[in-house]
Amino acid sequence: MSSAVQSILRSDASPRGIYDVARIRKDFPILAQSIHGKPLVYLDNAATTQKPRAVIDCISKVYEHDYANVHRGVHTLSQRATELFEGAREKIRRFINARHSREIVFTRGTTEAINLVAQSYGRPHLRSGDEILITAMEHHSNIVPWQMLCEQTGAVLKVAPIDRTGSLLVEEFEALLSERTRLVSVAHMSNALGTVNPVELLIELAHRRGIPVLLDGAQAIPHMAVDVQALDCDFYAFSGHKLYGPSGIGVLYGKEQILSAMPPYQGGGDMIRRVTFEKTEYNELPYKFEAGTPAIVDAIALGAAIDYLQTLGMDAIAGHEQRLLNYAGERTTEIPGLRVIGQAQHKGAILSFTLEGIHPHDIGTIFDHLGIAVRAGHHCAMPVMDFFGVPATARASFGLYNTFEEVDALIDGIHQVIQVFR
Amino acid sequence: MLDQIRDLYQEVVFDHNRNPRNFRVMTEANRKVEGYNPLCGDRITLYLKVSDEGVIEDVSFQGSGCAISTASASLMTEIVKGMHESEAEELFETFHRVTTGKEESFDLEELGKLAVLAGVRAYPARVKCATLPWHSLKAALHDTEATVTTE
Repeated sequence: MSSAVQSILRSDASPRGIYDVARIRKDFPILAQSIHGKPLVYLDNAATTQKPRAVIDCISKVYEHDYANVHRGVHTLSQRATELFEGAREKIRRFINARHSREIVFTRGTTEAINLVAQSYGRPHLRSGDEILITAMEHHSNIVPWQMLCEQTGAVLKVAPIDRTGSLLVEEFEALLSERTRLVSVAHMSNALGTVNPVELLIELAHRRGIPVLLDGAQAIPHMAVDVQALDCDFYAFSGHKLYGPSGIGVLYGKEQILSAMPPYQGGGDMIRRVTFEKTEYNELPYKFEAGTPAIVDAIALGAAIDYLQTLGMDAIAGHEQRLLNYAGERTTEIPGLRVIGQAQHKGAILSFTLEGIHPHDIGTIFDHLGIAVRAGHHCAMPVMDFFGVPATARASFGLYNTFEEVDALIDGIHQVIQVFR
Repeated sequence: MLDQIRDLYQEVVFDHNRNPRNFRVMTEANRKVEGYNPLCGDRITLYLKVSDEGVIEDVSFQGSGCAISTASASLMTEIVKGMHESEAEELFETFHRVTTGKEESFDLEELGKLAVLAGVRAYPARVKCATLPWHSLKAALHDTEATVTTE
């Protein structure tokens, strides 16, 4: 690509004042460091994101001033902690536009949220021969809980195929919706390929047949505005740590009507209304699904992360990341032997690739010496790797704080890897 | 450039990665083990022909892996060919000890040609790449049928 084209792509892309990435980077203390003597280029955002000062400060502030157990004490600190904790739930409700905050269940993360649905919704509902439909691009956490459920119930796991670009074959998906399908569970966005699924359409197809749909939103939620009412999904699962919040906290959104009818996932404190040795009366939503002391401060800090994201605006973040992805995509075409894995038309900010004759693990190690952090491996999506006939890929995944200079560093790094291995 | 990584990626490693030795299927093998590193997806199939006296008469491998695991497998096949099982096991122990860095000081001479892989000590995330072929060898010597993983 000519330098003129490059500069048009880049300057057009990053108009100062509209999305000031240099200023945004200052909000993330961890980014201002060197790795092996090179400035850190953090491109492993699909694995986890770095935290803004607002989140880090929130955690210390709560522990220093407002911490106690929630929903229990009459004392001031407990009331404060409860208010902050429930305040975070309300922020999350608004963020994904759920109808009620009782539809927001705190979990440890996406994985636990999916397991909750598998065990509390799936297990009582499914009979031998019933079917669960997923896609061929799922993360292991949207495969294994269903396999476990199938073993428990005799249900069958069906997998809708993808094409060579990494796009879901929607017609085949539709053909797999049968009279026995009891649940559809689909990634909103693929972690290994970046594919953004046409979830509105998939939900409509499933709903026409009365089948509920769970969206695994772990990857999508940091990259786009999500409106669960507009989507009309029945469940939406995501993790705090991929949304610039703490790890150990996540969310299961579920439609109230469905959640109400589900039995609890785990038993313990906080999920009960009244316990005798004969019988226990369960608490109301969402507490029915929140046994034990939750990750109180992490939930509050997830609320702080959402506040932070809203000062930037999800649409502005999405626009910036798309420009980075397009620029990176353009620049990779200049590299012989580079194969992009996942070229769906609708893609989030993930660039998965292989280099001819060079294993992704070696790319990862050499990158590290250049200060570049990427994921090298199967991305917990081994069936996807098998489909593309590769043992692993290198994956650069962009976040709201990445820059065009970092894309340049990535491309330069790839050239250096090739040189080392030549 | 990238001088720091030369302790890991020595020329010998590149050489064995580009042209792995004994990289073939062995039809007359009497031991065969699948090695697998679930973390990165590296796979190796190791073939051995062991005599009744316990001498490794022939050894070969197939599979796909990174430069470190491929070079490690290639070097291993060169070195253990002709060894008695017990010698190969001893070498496994030494190699394992050195690469996993459990000892502060060690004698590189003990490792001979394998010393080029000692640099992996400084890369905890890559140690399993180097040890996968050796774990497979150990399993093959014990005549384990099952798949070996580094986990």
